[in-house]
Amino acid sequence: MPYQPVIDSLLQQYIPALNSYNELFAAGNTIRPDWQIFFNSLRQLGYKELQNRNIDIQRLLKENGVAYNIYNDPSGQNRPWELDPVPQLITSGEWETISAGLIQRAELFNLLLEDIYGPQLLIKKGILPQELIYLHPGFIRPCVNIKLPLQRYLPLYAADMARGSDGRLWVISDRTQAPSGSGYALENRFAMSSVLPELFSNLNIKRLSPYFDALQQTLTNMAPNFPGDPRIVILTPGPENETYFEHSYLAAYLGLTLVQGNDLMVKDNKVWLKTIEGLEKIDVILRRLDDSYCDPLELKSDSLLGVPGLVQAIRKGNVAIANPLGSSIVENAGLVPFLPALAKHFFGNELIMPSIATWWCGQPKEMNYVIANLKTLVVRKIFRNNAGTHSAIDGASLSTKKAEELVKEIKAHPHLYAGQEKINFSSTPSWLNGKIQAGRSLFRSFLVNHNNTYMAMPGGLTRTTTGKNNFIISNQLGGISKDTWVVSANAEEEKPINLVLNTETLKQEVYKRSLPSHTAENLYWVGRYTERVINNARLQRTVMQRILQSKKSFVNYSMTTENILLQTVTKCTYTFPGFMEEDDEVARIKMFEKPWMELTDILYNEKRMGSLSHNLSLLKNSVYSVRNFWSVDTWRVLRQMEEEWTVAKKSLNSDHFRMINTIDSLNTSMFAFLGMNRESVRREQGWNILDLGRKLEQSLFIITLLKSVFQQKQPVQVEHDLMESVMNASQSLITYRYTYRDHLQLPLALELLMLDTNYPKSLAYLVKKIKRYVSLLPNEGKEMPLSKKQRNMEEADSLLKLADLAKLTRCDLHSNEYTSLNNFLDKLYNLLADTSMQISKTYFKHSQVQKQLFTANLI
Amino acid sequence: MLYSVEHTTKYKYHEMVSLCHNIAALTPRNTNNQTCKAFNIIISPLPEILEEHIDFFGNRLFYFVIEQEHESLTVTVKSQVEKLNNQDVPVSYPSQSWENVKEMLVASTGEFMEEKQFSNPTKITGATPEIQMYAEQSFTPGRPLFETVHDLIKRIYKDFVFTPGFTTISTPLSVVMKERKGVCQDFAHLAISCMHSMGLPARYISGYLETLAPVGQEKLTGVDASHAWLSVFIPGMGWVDFDPTNNQLANEQYITIGWGRDYFDVVPLKGIIMSSNPHELTVSVDVKRIEEQ
Repeated sequence: MPYQPVIDSLLQQYIPALNSYNELFAAGNTIRPDWQIFFNSLRQLGYKELQNRNIDIQRLLKENGVAYNIYNDPSGQNRPWELDPVPQLITSGEWETISAGLIQRAELFNLLLEDIYGPQLLIKKGILPQELIYLHPGFIRPCVNIKLPLQRYLPLYAADMARGSDGRLWVISDRTQAPSGSGYALENRFAMSSVLPELFSNLNIKRLSPYFDALQQTLTNMAPNFPGDPRIVILTPGPENETYFEHSYLAAYLGLTLVQGNDLMVKDNKVWLKTIEGLEKIDVILRRLDDSYCDPLELKSDSLLGVPGLVQAIRKGNVAIANPLGSSIVENAGLVPFLPALAKHFFGNELIMPSIATWWCGQPKEMNYVIANLKTLVVRKIFRNNAGTHSAIDGASLSTKKAEELVKEIKAHPHLYAGQEKINFSSTPSWLNGKIQAGRSLFRSFLVNHNNTYMAMPGGLTRTTTGKNNFIISNQLGGISKDTWVVSANAEEEKPINLVLNTETLKQEVYKRSLPSHTAENLYWVGRYTERVINNARLQRTVMQRILQSKKSFVNYSMTTENILLQTVTKCTYTFPGFMEEDDEVARIKMFEKPWMELTDILYNEKRMGSLSHNLSLLKNSVYSVRNFWSVDTWRVLRQMEEEWTVAKKSLNSDHFRMINTIDSLNTSMFAFLGMNRESVRREQGWNILDLGRKLEQSLFIITLLKSVFQQKQPVQVEHDLMESVMNASQSLITYRYTYRDHLQLPLALELLMLDTNYPKSLAYLVKKIKRYVSLLPNEGKEMPLSKKQRNMEEADSLLKLADLAKLTRCDLHSNEYTSLNNFLDKLYNLLADTSMQISKTYFKHSQVQKQLFTANLI
Repeated sequence: MLYSVEHTTKYKYHEMVSLCHNIAALTPRNTNNQTCKAFNIIISPLPEILEEHIDFFGNRLFYFVIEQEHESLTVTVKSQVEKLNNQDVPVSYPSQSWENVKEMLVASTGEFMEEKQFSNPTKITGATPEIQMYAEQSFTPGRPLFETVHDLIKRIYKDFVFTPGFTTISTPLSVVMKERKGVCQDFAHLAISCMHSMGLPARYISGYLETLAPVGQEKLTGVDASHAWLSVFIPGMGWVDFDPTNNQLANEQYITIGWGRDYFDVVPLKGIIMSSNPHELTVSVDVKRIEEQ
């Protein structure tokens, strides 16, 4: 490799931290060979271009939803994913050692778990202290003596590593519960190779896909019914979880179904997925839910995320879990000092990849050492706290008082604490603020059990930080991430992995499998909320426009038109009492005179049920809960819409025309979203349910709108204005003019909005569609007797077919009310509302909550 | 003495429930001083799944599932337990001090696994400073362990008022300690917590206590109840059962179901249903002596 001095200004800002290993330069200030090649490619690309590409990367990640932040968490914990365009490089020579070391560790933990959940010989022989296991919350007693095939105690393993100042890699912590990050590593690689392909060109970089192929095969082989055709799911705690993106990403990539606890049930000692077609047996669960939450019957009794009876299904051998429940016992800082002895015990060998020096306070001598050297150590609990809290404390950062408290706490519960040596993370080139600077890096690699040994992902997830006090990088996936390249000297020499996946059956399966109930429910609500947002937005805009115009006119009866319209807004958005305030007439009249406060509130007040903001956030939640249904384009639209809406919300008291503009652009985005639904939701069943939700919501809106506006006969001009508003709110004015070429008349308006079977916004059309969708739902036969929902829709359909316009537009002589129209609309409304309820009851069944039965009666 | 125990638990829901998972820890264990001669569990409606297994602590558990729509669930267990006549109050006890026992256990590596696992507090039995201070009054230096525990339960009996209904299964010990009120389960937990706060093992026992009708009266049916006490490991004697609620050592009238670290390890009957409505619970327990044949 010809040595080329770097005279680039590119590296001028790269100033490695003192006492840290320099990833970029070797002794004598020469750039290490792989980095030399990398920077040559980078130089060819050019500094300006790198800046552009960096923007592309961040955009790509955002658009792929990696950065999609649904909860708008103000504390910023849910921060967007950041990827450094400069990767971390590891030579294939070093990789061999890392890989061998990690495989050895994984095998060790596998044997350790088998012993802990089996004969516990290590404790009996005095090799491991009992307290180290028994006091750790990851020791799950109901799982002891559940026999698993040996290789199944630890299918997945990950380790966090950092380089000490001597350049040696040390393991900082081991992950055995539900290692996260492999999906992010994959997404990083995907983003890098699509945005910066030039950088890959002169280096032989190992591919990541063999790891995922192996993972898929391992999961398949784990199935109790192997070699059948196993049904595999990923169990997630839900969209609130910080790594939910990854759960859905892996589900999509591996072709698995993403489920939450309440999608599953245990019956006949087996695990079943609730789908809209009934129950489907589950053979393998890839678990991203902490073990103690998995079964409220036998484990954490107040967990709402698990499946009652799951432990029993495992005990009976009817389902396999990766990683098995209880595997988090070896995520145990106190175990670290015992690992060398365990390696000797199991393999007769030293550890290839050692951990950083650790002292378990459960032993008196070690505890005294930790207390005496508190200032130079990191103290951590032997178990990981729940997500979100720091489990490690830098002794040097403590005040005298805090240090005393900690010492007291350690002395009170010595078994729960360990002290660890601090390590200076290596310095590595990082793209920060438009310059290459020195970041400090931590590297996570992932292993999967495969063919009776382990396979390490050639690469992984590197995270960097520039903070000075970086001895502790939190458990969260914080920091800026880097793609990690294992670079081999020669062209790809790796053997392709031998995969036995039957693509034929796989393909069939994808089509055969029906929608999980929970997914169906969310799709249904995506449909309903989409229409709710669009319809309410249009109505609110129409009414606001009308109010603005009337300010200028002095026609005295226009007050009535507006009052009716304002009340219609309240009714259609369900924001009672609003303009319907019944008890206090003075207050009501005041509101009619000054309607803007209320109109603004029902636009922007997210906390108010029925407001546009509230409905938008409900829509967002439903969309996010079925996130793997949507295409990249869909995410872009949603993100843009959200950003615009947030901006508009902030300028609360802006003028009224601006508010109307905001609604307009919201609706534009909503239509873009709708347009993309059809192509995103490929599976017919999913689309039918989504569109069914839309059509139902639309019908209910039209009915409520007509009922509210045409309750009573009004003076001709008022009625005309009302008709015009209804036509505006339903975007039907142009169609009306085109169809009838006449001024607005109630019978014609009602014919268009209610009875015209060719007009997609009319009730007759919508009901016909709903009827068809309902008949396509699973288990809806054509035989008699028809189901309640089918009968409802038949009735609604014939009501509309047989409707007598003349009768409907006749008003009651005494009360001046459109009584028959209102009765007619009521009947329709009830039929549709009942149909919606029937659908929920039959296919979703998620309304019931889990409840504990307990006994008491003691003396 | 041969006893028969009949224990019925009935849940009545206010709507149809289609799935109900349960675990029953209601089978009396065989111990040094009792043998379970017969056992029968009757569940209505008939469960689709009924499985038996031994839990981590050696208790016999029944796992059962009702997979049909039902509005009530009744679980009746009938057992016959022979109590051996070997539980007299000891005339003498080992003089080994509590500190000594503690040190012996701490220094052990693997020999006292069974005992040591009951040394550490759970979420329920964690001691507050008040509890620790309360315990310290009995744990005077050099005092023999047996005597220490005996004193502790005597004090709990004296200082605390048996008050049914004051606590629930989720009332923390700090409240019991502050208000000095509770039922057997609270007193057992409190005593266990005191033991743990001094670094010594103790386990929670779930079982029954035979109650006797006042002299000359017929005993009513269904008046007995589940009972709870604690057991302490005393080298030279083994596990010795103490009942702080009645200030006595467990005798022939105590029938053990099983044990764990606290109540939640040996809940007599627990279950999960999908329902949004409340349910009603009725329990009746009868402990009877069977005439010697």
